[in-house]
Amino acid sequence: MDFLQLFLELAQSTVRLSTPLILAALAGLFTERAGVFDIGLEGKMLGGAFAAGCVAFVAQSAMAGLLAAIVVSVLLSLVHGYASITQRGNQIVSGVAINFIVAGSTVILGEAWFHQGGRTPALAEGARFQAIELPFTEALRGVPLLGPIYADLISGHQALTYLAFLMVPASWWILYRTRFGLRLRAVGENPGAVDTAGISVIWMRYRGVICCGILCGIAGAYLSLAANAGWTKGMTAGKGYIALAALIFAKWRPVPVMFACLLFGFLDAFAIRYQSTPLPLIGKVPVQLMQALPYILTVVLLAGFIGKAIPPRAGGVPYVKER
Amino acid sequence: MSTPYAKLPGWVEYGLIPLVNLLVAFAVAGLVVLLVGESPLEAAYHMINGAFGRGEYIGFTLYYATTFIFTGLAVAVAFHAGLFNIGGEGQAYVAGIGVALACLWLDRLMPWYVVFPIAILGAALFGAAWAFLPGWLQAKRGSHIVITTIMFNFIAASLMNYMLNRVMKPLGSMSLETRTFDAGGQLPKLDWLMAMFGLSVGTSPFNVTFLLALAAAFGVWVLIWRTKLGYEMRTMGHSPQAARYAGIKEARIIVITMMISGALAGMMALNPIMGETYRMQLDFVQGAGFVGIAVALMGRSHPAGIIPAAILFGVLYQGGAEIAFEMPSISRDMIVIIQGLVILFAGALEHMFRPAITRAVLAFSGRGRTDAAVKGA
Repeated sequence: MDFLQLFLELAQSTVRLSTPLILAALAGLFTERAGVFDIGLEGKMLGGAFAAGCVAFVAQSAMAGLLAAIVVSVLLSLVHGYASITQRGNQIVSGVAINFIVAGSTVILGEAWFHQGGRTPALAEGARFQAIELPFTEALRGVPLLGPIYADLISGHQALTYLAFLMVPASWWILYRTRFGLRLRAVGENPGAVDTAGISVIWMRYRGVICCGILCGIAGAYLSLAANAGWTKGMTAGKGYIALAALIFAKWRPVPVMFACLLFGFLDAFAIRYQSTPLPLIGKVPVQLMQALPYILTVVLLAGFIGKAIPPRAGGVPYVKER
Repeated sequence: MSTPYAKLPGWVEYGLIPLVNLLVAFAVAGLVVLLVGESPLEAAYHMINGAFGRGEYIGFTLYYATTFIFTGLAVAVAFHAGLFNIGGEGQAYVAGIGVALACLWLDRLMPWYVVFPIAILGAALFGAAWAFLPGWLQAKRGSHIVITTIMFNFIAASLMNYMLNRVMKPLGSMSLETRTFDAGGQLPKLDWLMAMFGLSVGTSPFNVTFLLALAAAFGVWVLIWRTKLGYEMRTMGHSPQAARYAGIKEARIIVITMMISGALAGMMALNPIMGETYRMQLDFVQGAGFVGIAVALMGRSHPAGIIPAAILFGVLYQGGAEIAFEMPSISRDMIVIIQGLVILFAGALEHMFRPAITRAVLAFSGRGRTDAAVKGA
């Protein structure tokens, strides 16, 4: 049973670490499928986490925090949308700008409001998302193999984790089985055709960007209200970029996004767990290599050595209506 | 708005519009200062005073500007060929190895003027090498340069962490840095230059790398506007199809451009390593690679614009430290906000005020072309 225990521990922290990645990567999926590239996932997540930390502390309510995170993140998305859709600016430049603006202003505002040196006040139990015990956890724990898996791996996560994993099939359904999804994908592949059909390309893209904002906000709220007890300076720590990498790794498809995020989450969990233990066969792996692995894998994928990642065809190109 | 923008006189295109964009960015930053409950005017006063108040302060301002000239040029060169090199941060970081190797090898044997050229070569070589792979992948395998350079920034961070932890740290030392260089690895300060203006550099690390930065800026101007290679780069930046039609080898230009860009970013490493700390420390780049994006956008990718833009960011960095000292609620993170706002307004939203400015300028010059031109805008 020792091996099972080990497996459960690793799997559990994999799920914990993957959750924000899944939410952020799905956020990126919606906007990039609509033809608006977004390297500002990091900034939106951080902004969301900050808003969640502040509001949850003031209102003493996790739900209020979540709502604030979504509002802030959507507003940031709209700035990105305004720059890249309406003003037809460079989408990469706009994303970079948002990352910086958020990275700086969260620290300045947090310090001005709470004076706690780059963090929001620690949240009490009630102002955070609590772990949910699924029914029959205790009764089933005795069942060999499946019992502990159910009790320790499937049960006992926060609501946002379940939401993240539910968003995977939901996103698939929205993108591939609804009219909205069809149009969203079309607007990212061939906006001219969508325009000819009498659908507003601008409005479709804005909706994609707003979806991105909502999901990024939830990802941010997860960081400050579920994974931690409050916001800390720079707490996203590159997760937005890892999510971006996962999105590319998954070739812009919802279910592979989940697996890519689980893989990257697992690498992270593994690196934390085995920092100083030598592994069989390979010996001691430098922790830095483990940390770099998601990025290296993404580059290898982008190089076309494991399949080919083809982005949405109209991605990054502002739409100009012909006159 | 689908037709090209009206042709504007040079002083509007390269003077007025960037200035308006910059002012808006600062106005928004001022709002943040207000939100924090401080006076923006007081902050501005401390910033100007902190950046120019004394010879020493000016020395610091120009020291930071030196760094940003390199990273700004790096981004600009890539821009001209239509490439967005976000990887300046990583390229500069890895280039630190080149500088450190040259210094660790020769600092006890040679005077600085022998070590310096070798260190320049090392920095350029390592920077270019780190940019080569993203360039090659873009050229040969079509992987998007923005994404690969972002990934390479993270890989560089891990690599350097490893290098300083396991390879370049002296035995028995706890802090993540190389040993301190001897005289050969220490660049002289530019006190004579400051003395010509009756100023003293004081403790500021304003050093000869500044002259190298100016030379690099001139070199970039020659490269882009006076050589065949530069012409090919600009052609590709304007229209890849036209470049292909003209028989310009796209893959070759991409790889060469990225390597030049990486080499320029890499030379930034000379300034802090040989000019200030005399050793390579963990995270010595401190976001300068990203500042380069703002500098290149503000300077409109022209060396003559990049130098003042770099000095402006030097002012922000040095003056920002003074603000943080005088007004504790405004930490140095304020600079990061301003940097982001400049990137937003001078970069992504650069055309936001153009129609209004076009109308205003043409109304003033009033030659009856107003209607046609405004329609064009």
